[in-house]
Amino acid sequence: MPSFVNPEKCDGCKGGEKTACMYICPNDLMVLNPDEMKAYNQEPDQCWECYSCVKICPQGAIEVRHYADLAPMGGYVQPMRGTDSIMWTVKFRNGNVKRFKFPIRTTPEGSIKPYDGKPSPGADQLGNGLLFTESADNAKATATPSDFD
Amino acid sequence: MGLPNKPTWELLAEPDLSKVAVEEYNYDALLVGGGMACCGAAFEIGKWLPDGATCCMVDKASVERSGAVAQGLSAINTYIGENTPSDYVRMVRNDLMGIVREDLIFDLGRHVDDSVLHFEEWGLPIWKQKGDEGKSLRDGGQPVRTGKWQIMINGESYKCIVGEAAKAALEEKGYDLHERIFIVKLLLDANKENTIAGAVGFSTRENKVCIYKAKAILVACGGAVNIFRPRSTDEGKGRAWYPVWNAGSTYAMCMQVGAEMTMMENRFTPSRFKDGYGPVGAWFLLFKATVVNGSGEHYVKSDAAKAELAKYKPYSESAVTPTCLRNHLMLFEMKEGRGPIFMDTAAALNAFLEQKKAEGMDEKALKKYWKELESEAWEDFLDMSVGQAGLWASMNVEPEKVGSEIMPTEPYMLGSHSGCCGIWVSGPDEDWVPDEYKWGYNRMTTVNGLFTAGDGVGASGHKFSSGAHAEGRMAAKAMAKYIADNADFAPSLKQSEEELKEEIYKPVTHYYANYQATTHEMVNPNYIKPRHMMERLMKYTDEYGGGWSPYYMTNGHLLEIVMRHLQWLREDSEKMAAGGLHELLRAWENLHRIWTVEDHLRHIQFREESRYPGFYYRGDFMQVDDKGFDEGGWKCFVNSKYDPNSGEWTCMKKKCYEIISA
Repeated sequence: MPSFVNPEKCDGCKGGEKTACMYICPNDLMVLNPDEMKAYNQEPDQCWECYSCVKICPQGAIEVRHYADLAPMGGYVQPMRGTDSIMWTVKFRNGNVKRFKFPIRTTPEGSIKPYDGKPSPGADQLGNGLLFTESADNAKATATPSDFD
Repeated sequence: MGLPNKPTWELLAEPDLSKVAVEEYNYDALLVGGGMACCGAAFEIGKWLPDGATCCMVDKASVERSGAVAQGLSAINTYIGENTPSDYVRMVRNDLMGIVREDLIFDLGRHVDDSVLHFEEWGLPIWKQKGDEGKSLRDGGQPVRTGKWQIMINGESYKCIVGEAAKAALEEKGYDLHERIFIVKLLLDANKENTIAGAVGFSTRENKVCIYKAKAILVACGGAVNIFRPRSTDEGKGRAWYPVWNAGSTYAMCMQVGAEMTMMENRFTPSRFKDGYGPVGAWFLLFKATVVNGSGEHYVKSDAAKAELAKYKPYSESAVTPTCLRNHLMLFEMKEGRGPIFMDTAAALNAFLEQKKAEGMDEKALKKYWKELESEAWEDFLDMSVGQAGLWASMNVEPEKVGSEIMPTEPYMLGSHSGCCGIWVSGPDEDWVPDEYKWGYNRMTTVNGLFTAGDGVGASGHKFSSGAHAEGRMAAKAMAKYIADNADFAPSLKQSEEELKEEIYKPVTHYYANYQATTHEMVNPNYIKPRHMMERLMKYTDEYGGGWSPYYMTNGHLLEIVMRHLQWLREDSEKMAAGGLHELLRAWENLHRIWTVEDHLRHIQFREESRYPGFYYRGDFMQVDDKGFDEGGWKCFVNSKYDPNSGEWTCMKKKCYEIISA
């Protein structure tokens, strides 16, 4: 089910600082054609259907068409990803439609401060096996097999 | 329209090397990869490197959606919680048929929960039991467990969240992040024997080669996919079970500089929903579904199945049958002509409804309950394997009405899921760890300064996403110690900038020197395209190396043939041709695949038994030989080593220690 781009909706992210689908594709598949200012999937048979491009496209221009070598035509799965949840529309070949909504994160995007309120152990702790957020009184982190004999 | 004798890639590669830029960098620590393991390392390392130290993470994609968790996940499969690290070792050991590095697994079990607590803190929604909604794990909130080790999550944005934390950590420390740079080769030090000094790669966005010098390097860029012929061979080959962009780079790059490998004969052949490769874990564990044969029989309970399992004691006697043996039973059934195998989703879902009815739930409440159940069933796919949801929609499958076929896939190589191939690394430097298992720095390979984590670490499977993250953190701390202990080390490379550029861009120069010799650029007697390289590799591994088409069967004779083909593939890889930057990426990925598979098959050749029935069989040695190392049997590790000086490969047995009692 490789991703494809609807040319009517794709504007090549001309107003943005990067071409969103090209930025996000984990397999380097999505590329921008600068002459047409449209993106396309340059190697559809290596598409994992991860939907990263579909989810990130600001124009909603990217959809997925089932893998032609295994799927009967007409099935359709399309997400709308918001800041804290994602809505899915699943359309069956027979026309039935199901909709689902799931949470995706509990904090605002970009808000993570990984070191706020976290310890900074000294170099003298470099030799032990504890991670920087684990304290010496953490029984599990400091366990050895004999503790469970 | 002109003749098809020109490259059609959007981003063309530059054959005039004087126009290809070279950037050189010098760091204390280099993190190669961007998945869970490297994100863990990025979070941890800044707290241990001294002020003023330098570090860079290099990802061939974008951290926001790279690695095996790019699409999302519906569960975290390793959360120790109320269990003990010792029980975790026992589970992993039995699932992997007895041969594992118990030190590494125990060590991981001690630390993995800390990563999970952080995921939740950063914003990952983790399902809680009724009454504990909104209460964090850290505050004692009880997760929804599907099995002893697994917890359910709303994981669509799992990687975005973990990646954001990693990027924020790098930024806060003033470290660098290079995305869309594909590291393809590690570089040994010019002066210091068996010591890592750097790495080289290229940009997939502009014509640029990047050379990195570093005192310590973490290589954690996943397992290997598209190495055996997939069941779907056209567009559908993209629907690999494991991420299709994992090209064995971790294994290939480390073995090429002489890192000792372990258990590379191990592979994972997951049984998944046919063609869409949707996950089965939640169906088994959360929905309590059973698998039935074509006649609707619960075949794993049959006498024939019990007789098969009896051959594989003691592993088959455990409460949870090892993954490979479950496959074995399925294959047995299919070969006996009793397929197809179905996951009985309808019976499972209806059983829940019947139970609620019996408890006296009224129609309205029942309807609401069904909505929740249906939503959970679909979320499992939509979180992590959208294609399976699409396939169900295409085939009008409603899981409450009909079951869906289950099928063992093509083989994959990995070290973090239910497989354990990878690199031989040092365990923690503690008294209880056998001397042969430790050489100073946790998760360091046998090459000084070269570390790995996640899929890279061999003989310790079942880490999954959380374990890979924690292991990246453990490795990062050990790297910081190595760097501190070797503060005076100044890495120096053997190769010049020009030599490296020429080598990296060889597929490009070769392409442009030859592409006009024919009227179609795909058919040319002077070169081979990366895609053809991959197709040839997958054909021969399947037919001779125990892929799905011969029901995962191989033997010494068949292996001799595939080894000849691998030799020819290695020779022909010198003539790989790339007209665009994307194709150059594919060229190097496929070289990594060839090396990885060669080591895999060398190990299978060496191990004269069938340790993992259901994953692969040696027809000439069908038994599991459970005599230990000292008795000359095969209950021991098989390790291999490629010597970068001589070009020779050796395989050897290594003793396996039972540290945790049975």
